[in-house]
Amino acid sequence: MSQERVSLSKARQQWIGWQRILRVQRPGDLFFRGITLLFVLIVLGLVAGTAWILISNSLPTIRRFGFSFLTNKAFDPVHDVYGVLPAIFGTLMTSAFALIFAVPLGLGAAIFLVDFCPRSLRLVLAFLIDLLAAIPSVIYGLWGFLVLAPWLHNAGEPWLQQHLGFLPLFAGQPEGVGYLGAGIVLTMMILPLIISVSREVMLVTPIAQREALLALGATRWEVIRHAVLPFARVGILGGVILALGRALGETMAVTMIIGNQANEPSLSLFTPGYTLASVIANQFGEATPGLFLSAIIEAGLILFIITLITNILARWLIASLQRQAQGSRGGRP
Amino acid sequence: MSVPMPASSSSTLPSGESRLHPFLATRSSLNLRRRLVNALIVLFTTLAALFAAGLLIYLLCYVLSQGLRYINLDFFTQLPTPNGEPGGGMGEAFQGSLILIALASLMGVPLGLFTGIYLAEFGRGSFAQGVRFLVDVLNGIPTIIFGLLAWVLIVIPMQSFSGLAGGFALGMIMIPIVTRTSEDVLRLVPRELREASLALGATEARTILQIVLPAARNGIITGVVLAMARVAGETAPLLMTAFGTTFWNTDVTQPMDALPLRIFQFTLSPYQQQVNQAYAGAFVLIVLILLASLAVRLATGGFKQR
Repeated sequence: MSQERVSLSKARQQWIGWQRILRVQRPGDLFFRGITLLFVLIVLGLVAGTAWILISNSLPTIRRFGFSFLTNKAFDPVHDVYGVLPAIFGTLMTSAFALIFAVPLGLGAAIFLVDFCPRSLRLVLAFLIDLLAAIPSVIYGLWGFLVLAPWLHNAGEPWLQQHLGFLPLFAGQPEGVGYLGAGIVLTMMILPLIISVSREVMLVTPIAQREALLALGATRWEVIRHAVLPFARVGILGGVILALGRALGETMAVTMIIGNQANEPSLSLFTPGYTLASVIANQFGEATPGLFLSAIIEAGLILFIITLITNILARWLIASLQRQAQGSRGGRP
Repeated sequence: MSVPMPASSSSTLPSGESRLHPFLATRSSLNLRRRLVNALIVLFTTLAALFAAGLLIYLLCYVLSQGLRYINLDFFTQLPTPNGEPGGGMGEAFQGSLILIALASLMGVPLGLFTGIYLAEFGRGSFAQGVRFLVDVLNGIPTIIFGLLAWVLIVIPMQSFSGLAGGFALGMIMIPIVTRTSEDVLRLVPRELREASLALGATEARTILQIVLPAARNGIITGVVLAMARVAGETAPLLMTAFGTTFWNTDVTQPMDALPLRIFQFTLSPYQQQVNQAYAGAFVLIVLILLASLAVRLATGGFKQR
């Protein structure tokens, strides 16, 4: 009897010790915390596992080709020689095209939505933009393949060639599918994203700064130029990089319109090409174990690393803006 | 601001003075330039917004109006006809999408929800900050990477494309969406509610499960619906996992169809009948996502002025 009491109090003392360490009151709470932490660890494990699987499965081609995988032009299962230069070039080319057009358009539209738009239209447009950001990429791909590509082939590209054919950008045979079509579809896809991120960061500009400039007699553009943009600059940059990440990794819409040919990198926008994602989407079906399989996974690994870097950069920029905004209260005019 | 502010110049002029003050003259020309720049910017941003909205509305309306023409009951209940013969539908794609979304939710919702609870309730310090950052980054990884992951992990060892692999890939995509929305809505639950529950003697676990979670229920459901709508339209990760089929299939170890997958394959089809059905499929997909977005907006009161 007395021994049992002694052992009980010993266990109790141990428990009190654990309570101090873990700062919980009851075993049930500890259990619940443990469960949530377990799920967090599973998620972390899945992310780490993704990276590990990609790396370990692309080791055969990494060992065999090393850096020449990045500069090799052929993706040739017949001779077992693999390289992704055309895909990397196509990825960068189409994403750059999309940014060049989507950034000014998106920023302009966001400024309009925040500052110039009539109040009644503002909510409708904002909802529409958010909706368009949620439209699946296969829909853009469907439109690109069935409407845009034939139009480019018959009307758009011949017209460009006739009037601007002296530029290397518009040289070559109009084929409909190619960098130009992919770039246009990507522009339309990242436009809603750029608008909605820019709009959100511009809305957090401290209202006092806007009012101060208005009180000094500034025009509405001067308010934007000197109060809103300097404040939102970092966040907008973050949004643009986020959109870049989306464009770099977009698969379906691009695969459906880029033509999927491993051509020599060329400046002509009419050339059919590849992107990293479309190589994966097109080649996995024929993959045989060995170097072929490994080459596809290494293409995925390169894509993973590129988008990881762009996303980390974007999130870091947006987070630094949020920290900056915490002190001052945001608001709209 | 580089604009000179000669506030006193007009008041110092004698009231009968007709000659313009030289400084006043430069000010008015400066004002003209400023107003012109302002007007040009307003014009440019308006045009940009109209062009962007117009382009996207055109695309939406075009696909919707094309698709509407080919919608009928058979489209939802029949299998595709071989070689583009008239009739038929994509019933197996709806069936497959439902199964795939259910599988993905089975994986993504618990993982996302509990990670969200951890971040909102216990997540302090650099570890939680790191998890939060990683979840955000996970959200931006191209979805085909998760397809590749499921392909290597499940399809190649099992030597068969399967609904299971598709569900796994989609589940990975759901995790960050569910995590972030549940963390956000859990944080919105007032602290007083938690304190009242703890003061009545409820344990921390009981407080979270019976007080905080029910209070945040609508928000959490919103997050789950958003995540489901997102994966309902995903095609890339399904290419190499669920793969697609044109037959009814409820066996998750076999290739399984999905709506976006069928749209993709029929879009590239040489038969006009199948292209038409791709438009009809696109119509259904857009309407589903529109409804989900509207439901989410209504549930969160998003139409009220922020």
